[in-house]
Amino acid sequence: MTAATTVTAPATTALSVSGLVKTFGATRALDGLDLQVATGEVHGFLGPNGAGKSTTLRILLGLLRADTGTARLLGADPWDDAVALHRRLAYVPGDVELWPGLTGGEAIDLLARLRGGIDAARRAELVERFDLDPTKKGRTYSKGNRQKVALIAALASDAELLLLDEPTAGLDPLMEVVFQDLVLQARNEGRTVLLSSHILSQVEKVCDRVSIVRLGRVVQSGTLSEMRHLTRTTIEAEIDPTRHREGGAHPASGLARLPGVHDLRTEGARVRFSVDGAHLEAAVRHLGDLGVRSLNSHPPTLEELMLRHYGDELAATGHGTTTDGTTTPDVSRTDTARTDASADLGRTDAGTEGGSR
Amino acid sequence: MSAVTDAAPRDEGLRRREAGGTPGGNALAGTGVLFRFALRRDRLRLPAWVLAALLVTLSGVRKAADLAPDAAALGHQVPPEAADMSETLRGPAMLAMTGPEHYLTHFTPASVLSMLMIGYGALLVGLMSVLTVVRHTRADEERGIAELLRSGVVGRHATLSAALAAAAVADVALGALFALVLPAVGPAGVTGGGALLYGAAHAAVGLVFAGVAAVTVQLSAHARAAGGMALAVLGAAYALRAAGDVGSGTVSWLSPIGWAQRTYPFVDDRWWPLLPALALALATAAAGYVLSTRRDVGAGVLAARPGRPGASAALARPLGFALRLHRGLLAGFCAALLLLGAMYGSLFGGVDDMLKDLDDVREAITRGAPDGRRRGEGGSLVEAFASTIMLVVAVVASLHVVMAALRPRAEETAGRAEPLLATGLSRTRWFGSHLALALGGGTVVLLAGSLGLGLAGSASAGDSGLVWRLLGAGLGYAPALWVTGGVAALLFGWAPRATALAWAVPAYGFAVGYLGKLLDLPGRLNDLSPFGHVPQLPSADMRWTPVVLLTLVAAVLVAAGLAGFRRRDLDTK
Repeated sequence: MTAATTVTAPATTALSVSGLVKTFGATRALDGLDLQVATGEVHGFLGPNGAGKSTTLRILLGLLRADTGTARLLGADPWDDAVALHRRLAYVPGDVELWPGLTGGEAIDLLARLRGGIDAARRAELVERFDLDPTKKGRTYSKGNRQKVALIAALASDAELLLLDEPTAGLDPLMEVVFQDLVLQARNEGRTVLLSSHILSQVEKVCDRVSIVRLGRVVQSGTLSEMRHLTRTTIEAEIDPTRHREGGAHPASGLARLPGVHDLRTEGARVRFSVDGAHLEAAVRHLGDLGVRSLNSHPPTLEELMLRHYGDELAATGHGTTTDGTTTPDVSRTDTARTDASADLGRTDAGTEGGSR
Repeated sequence: MSAVTDAAPRDEGLRRREAGGTPGGNALAGTGVLFRFALRRDRLRLPAWVLAALLVTLSGVRKAADLAPDAAALGHQVPPEAADMSETLRGPAMLAMTGPEHYLTHFTPASVLSMLMIGYGALLVGLMSVLTVVRHTRADEERGIAELLRSGVVGRHATLSAALAAAAVADVALGALFALVLPAVGPAGVTGGGALLYGAAHAAVGLVFAGVAAVTVQLSAHARAAGGMALAVLGAAYALRAAGDVGSGTVSWLSPIGWAQRTYPFVDDRWWPLLPALALALATAAAGYVLSTRRDVGAGVLAARPGRPGASAALARPLGFALRLHRGLLAGFCAALLLLGAMYGSLFGGVDDMLKDLDDVREAITRGAPDGRRRGEGGSLVEAFASTIMLVVAVVASLHVVMAALRPRAEETAGRAEPLLATGLSRTRWFGSHLALALGGGTVVLLAGSLGLGLAGSASAGDSGLVWRLLGAGLGYAPALWVTGGVAALLFGWAPRATALAWAVPAYGFAVGYLGKLLDLPGRLNDLSPFGHVPQLPSADMRWTPVVLLTLVAAVLVAAGLAGFRRRDLDTK
């Protein structure tokens, strides 16, 4: 496992960043950011707003210059070789601005042809799938439609690398599904995708690997299965409190003995816990025996994860100590983080319970 | 604090509802509130418009006094030099730019004022009306303000009524101001009744175009398109009257501006041509109300015209794309400078007479000639005058250069540069294509101004060679424009937050180059301005050294600007 992830031959690395620092006046947007993306993978770049995702992408595009640190993109330098690199990649910003007097179709062609060309058939197909009217002027488009214009220009290209910065902001759920299809299609064609997002479910559906960024540095990086706490489901249920009392213990206390169940909290008839995806079935079956009156389940939100898993870690370790070398970055850090996280969870939950009740 | 300010409109609404307003039934409910609100929003804008129109007219009063002798106001005997002047005014070019020839049958400063200025005054008041109506109807609707208002106790026709009332108040105020001020400052021949008619003619044109705008804002869902349609009607009205006044006069009767001019204030003082104007104002406003009931809030009667579904081959090239962004501004500046040049050029024939009594100006203008050379004969005085005007033309053209050279900055801060520069387009080509259009476009604008000056000047002064000499003189200023553009490029590359400083170049150039001559400022001040180094053609001789040096300076500035932009961070949102 360790060997598999550490051996990343240069030939298969699409994108490699280490120790990136970027300040804007007093603001430290990037604070020693490391990121590795292998060729052909869909890499989720996950973090809350203001974590430094867009700044990283703009440095990779040569639009901004890093203060210190190195970045290599498709084997070249993103600042010095910007134009040559841009012909091999396509970029979708998170907040697309269009020219008010140009139609959407004109903007698509403009962006695509300045990159180096467009596949007309693919363009037509994408226009239809995204349900975009390309004859309307830029000033009349809604935010979602402006995003579609940039997405079509990028996805209709033959770029080796797609840099997507929260590309679906403003798209409706139907279009989100179309987008996810297209990203998977791009991966099947062998392209590399760096998808910046603050929506966990989106990353979960399409990404092979994920890097979690907070306050200008990557706090964790790995495959989704390595970060199972990301895919846990939080369950809130109301049970029949008269059933199955086991010698004074709460009826639901048996749940805690099940594998994969975390953060169990009970209060009267109400039960709340989170459970790993693989153990969901057992937990739900157990819950069924307790006489469920209502059931509510949802994936953890990014904000929850950030607070629970990375807030304390950052505060405790301070700056500069979490980077434990670049040769074996992924797994060792994942494991540490997970251990820390589990330890933290107990503490946090105890604290919350004591404080709020 | 915010609670206090929030509470005020709510109380207003409550009070009206309690007073028994019937929101559903009364289509005009809320008009009064909206009207007062519109006047409040425009409390600076409308007075500024009215004052500007008054100042333009007052400048006409002075010009008219120079053109027509006072003596003619007393008897009907026209002195010989006045006859010459009236012949100049009778030229087709002059008639196209002023008004019907009939004004000259009564050759007084007052009648010449009416002839010269009613056309321009009508354009101004028409523009004011159109912009006011569009701002308070369609522009608000496009921004979503109207939806908010309409959900309150506001009737269906309240917005349009309030906008029309605001425009009408401004129109009538302007007319009243003219009626009061003209007798007070007016040239010989002004009568109280004539001044009242003069003001009423302006107000009537204003009302007509308020009505026209009331129709166009229903047609298009976009304020820009609605305003553009109304202004196109205004432009057509002016063109019709110009064509009619040069010809038989019949076509002028198709134009509201033609009606206003045919009231002949201070000549015939007839009121009846204002009747069709009022009828048209009422008819168009009524049509606006009817059309507004046939559309939804936020929509237009005309469906939005679909544009091209894809880009033309030229658009996808950096220069072609930049041209697309610049072409509107460029065409506007070319047309404006062609007209400005023609306006000044048409005065060439009368330069000597105009300057007869203004020794200071005459001296200042001839001081423009180098080495203290003063040329006595008339032709060179025209050339000296042309040199001074050429500076004005060059400074206005340099405004275009600054606007165009700062366009990349606007694109950058709007976030539209980012996706482009993430393509195969290099920073140098992107910025370079905008700069090429700024410098090249500025040169074209300069030539348009020179051409207007030359064509009208040669017609007016009867010197056909003037066209070529003035085109050459205009081209002589091109390196000064390039330096201006170079300064803007340098700021964009190295101090993007300070790009507004580029405006200092034309401002300083105009202040020391044009006003400095009148104020007798030291010539050294002019050395700091790129315009100060240009040989003042056509009155001075051509000197190549400063032209070559200015071009080199411009090249260095542009190169430095490009280098700075290549090494700095892009400003992103």
